[in-house]
Amino acid sequence: MEINGAGRKLVMGLGNTLNKDEGLGVHALALLQEKLAARAPEVEFLDGGALGLNLLPWVEEASHLLVLDSVVSRFSMPGQVMELAKDEIPLYRNIKMSDHQITFQEVLGLAKIRGHFPEYLHLVGAQPVDLSIGYGVSPEIATILPEVVERAERVLRGWGLVGRR
Amino acid sequence: MAQRIVVDPITRIEGHLRIEAEVDAQNKISKAYSSGTMVRGIEIILKGRDPREAWAFTQRACGVCTTVHSFASIRAVEDALGIKIPKAANLIRNMMVAQQYVHDHVMHFYHLHALDWVDVTGCLSADPAATADIQKAISPNYPRASAAYFADVKKKVKAIVDSGQLSIFANAYWGHPAYKLPPEVNLLATAHYLEALDAQKTFTKIHTIFGGKNPHPNFVVGGVPMPIDPNSDTALNAERLSIIKDSIDRMIQFVDQVYIPDLLAVAPYYLDYAALGEGLGNFLTWGELPDTDNSDTSKYVVPRAVIMGRDLSHIEEPDPRDFERMKEYVTHSWYEYSSGDQEGLHPWKGETKLNFTGPKPPYEQLEVEQKYSWLKAPRWAETPMEVGPLARVLAMYASGHKQTQELTDYVLKTLDAPLEAVFSTLGRTAARAIETKVFADYLLTAYNGLIDAIKAGDTDTFNGDKWEPSTWPSHAEGFGFMEAPRGALGHWCVIDNGKLSNYQMVVPTTWNASPRDHKEQAGAYEMSLVGTPLAVPDQPLEILRTIHSFDPCMACAIHMVDADGNDLGEVATGMNVCVS
Repeated sequence: MEINGAGRKLVMGLGNTLNKDEGLGVHALALLQEKLAARAPEVEFLDGGALGLNLLPWVEEASHLLVLDSVVSRFSMPGQVMELAKDEIPLYRNIKMSDHQITFQEVLGLAKIRGHFPEYLHLVGAQPVDLSIGYGVSPEIATILPEVVERAERVLRGWGLVGRR
Repeated sequence: MAQRIVVDPITRIEGHLRIEAEVDAQNKISKAYSSGTMVRGIEIILKGRDPREAWAFTQRACGVCTTVHSFASIRAVEDALGIKIPKAANLIRNMMVAQQYVHDHVMHFYHLHALDWVDVTGCLSADPAATADIQKAISPNYPRASAAYFADVKKKVKAIVDSGQLSIFANAYWGHPAYKLPPEVNLLATAHYLEALDAQKTFTKIHTIFGGKNPHPNFVVGGVPMPIDPNSDTALNAERLSIIKDSIDRMIQFVDQVYIPDLLAVAPYYLDYAALGEGLGNFLTWGELPDTDNSDTSKYVVPRAVIMGRDLSHIEEPDPRDFERMKEYVTHSWYEYSSGDQEGLHPWKGETKLNFTGPKPPYEQLEVEQKYSWLKAPRWAETPMEVGPLARVLAMYASGHKQTQELTDYVLKTLDAPLEAVFSTLGRTAARAIETKVFADYLLTAYNGLIDAIKAGDTDTFNGDKWEPSTWPSHAEGFGFMEAPRGALGHWCVIDNGKLSNYQMVVPTTWNASPRDHKEQAGAYEMSLVGTPLAVPDQPLEILRTIHSFDPCMACAIHMVDADGNDLGEVATGMNVCVS
């Protein structure tokens, strides 16, 4: 069921950078890339923004996919760093008013039914504190971004994608 | 008191498009209200920034429509500063615009709108051989037409439905009595729903190449960022041009062999929607696909036009600089104007001062007599207007665009419908397919034009004459247009001493989903729902059909991962339908 011909190794930062903490995945991506790029030559760093269904081709070509995103759960607090393993990310489609409400989970769901699902998938993120209009994350999220980056690096290391300099 | 139906997709933060519709004793909609429940406010972020960088911010205003807001932004700045772009740059931009239509319309039709008409679970009783016969009849040259292929798709869908686990197709109104397709047509359309995702991958190649960077392409005030050099590895060269040509061929093939035939296969079962969902009968376009000079609107492929009261014999060209006729009102919107909320303001004088007076969410009903939306109410000559594919097709039809006339007449003849049928939900959906064909074919014309320009040595793609702020006037105003796939988009900018001092975007969905105005005139969505009967009021599929036919762009800003998924109970239904 899981065919990954292209075998891309992707880190994808998601979110809208115009709504403060909504964009934390994109900001974390930039920090991670700066830190790791020289030591992780196989890894592609992708700013996925809020592109929804347009991201499907990348997902379907990935053998390894690390997602950085804002996450909400009843079981966590604002500003808390969270990780979701492959089988912990819920996949579903909702009734929606616009195709712009296609969530990343729906994109993953489509990849799955089409039989092109990343063999390695993991999510690192945090629950946002401030979603108001503005560029850049809130001070609370700024203090935990280094932890998001560190956990992301650990995931990539676990996948054998980070070498020593 | 009349029954009020509320349609409001719930997310983790308040947002999106909310529709409240009142139905009479026969379950027919008598009044409807449309509300944008999330403020966008990019205008506030842009003040004081370098106008040359505005596109990088507007690009994120809508997570999905990145290209349209980039183009409108760079065109606004070029207009303000009097920058003309080279011929090849214009052709490349036009190809990116036309590609965007094909990509977005195919995505909209198959991944949002189709499921309003196609019951995915309905294909479980389909006969794959009979489905294959229908496929061969509607599109004789299309290769995926065997009974075995459709049997395989059916098996896939069955596995998904049976699993109950992977609810990618859950949370819809499956089995609703308003679904009318035979099982075989459901299966055919479901197969193409899945195939369209593969097609999309080949469509995006044009943006990847011209934008130089994907998924968020680069743009530049004064032209396009990619140089043309047939002998360079990093420029637009022969190899990249052949990838583009291949991508265009595939788009044309998909539109001709899948999209148009599917439209004509599904529409006959829903002809009642050729008399429902019209709305206003007033249409506006800013025009698109200029011939090198953006200021020469007479040479646009899509004209800049206003049509009033269905009158196709009389089209007028609207001037976006008209301070009297182009205005936005906030009488029923959560903003305040310094001159008072009954006054309209031209976007160059526009104000974005938030003034939320609504009930604290979650609430049962909006206070529609007061302010009730984060969308302003744009009006042309104090009249609400519809924008989008239907407006464009009518503008092209009325101004004598031959291919548009032929295609429209062909579709109407095939469905045995009169011209008036275009003023409807079905007409809007058909217009989207018609213009997709026009723009797919235009891509080939523009491609050939680009090849000719390159052969003639006309390879400039950037005009840097006015790049430096020292060359700019101390004060300038500009208008940037883009016929976005979902309708006329305008950016109005004001530049003072090298920085943006005002920036106002009037986006297509603001026109279409606008609330009532200073004269209590309803917007396009609000009017379009009046008169529509609901078979099952607490499952208002009919409302979704008409609203989706406009292709709303709402709330695309927020895309968090919901870690709890279906455990969120009410949220997992994705739609709060309450009857009160």
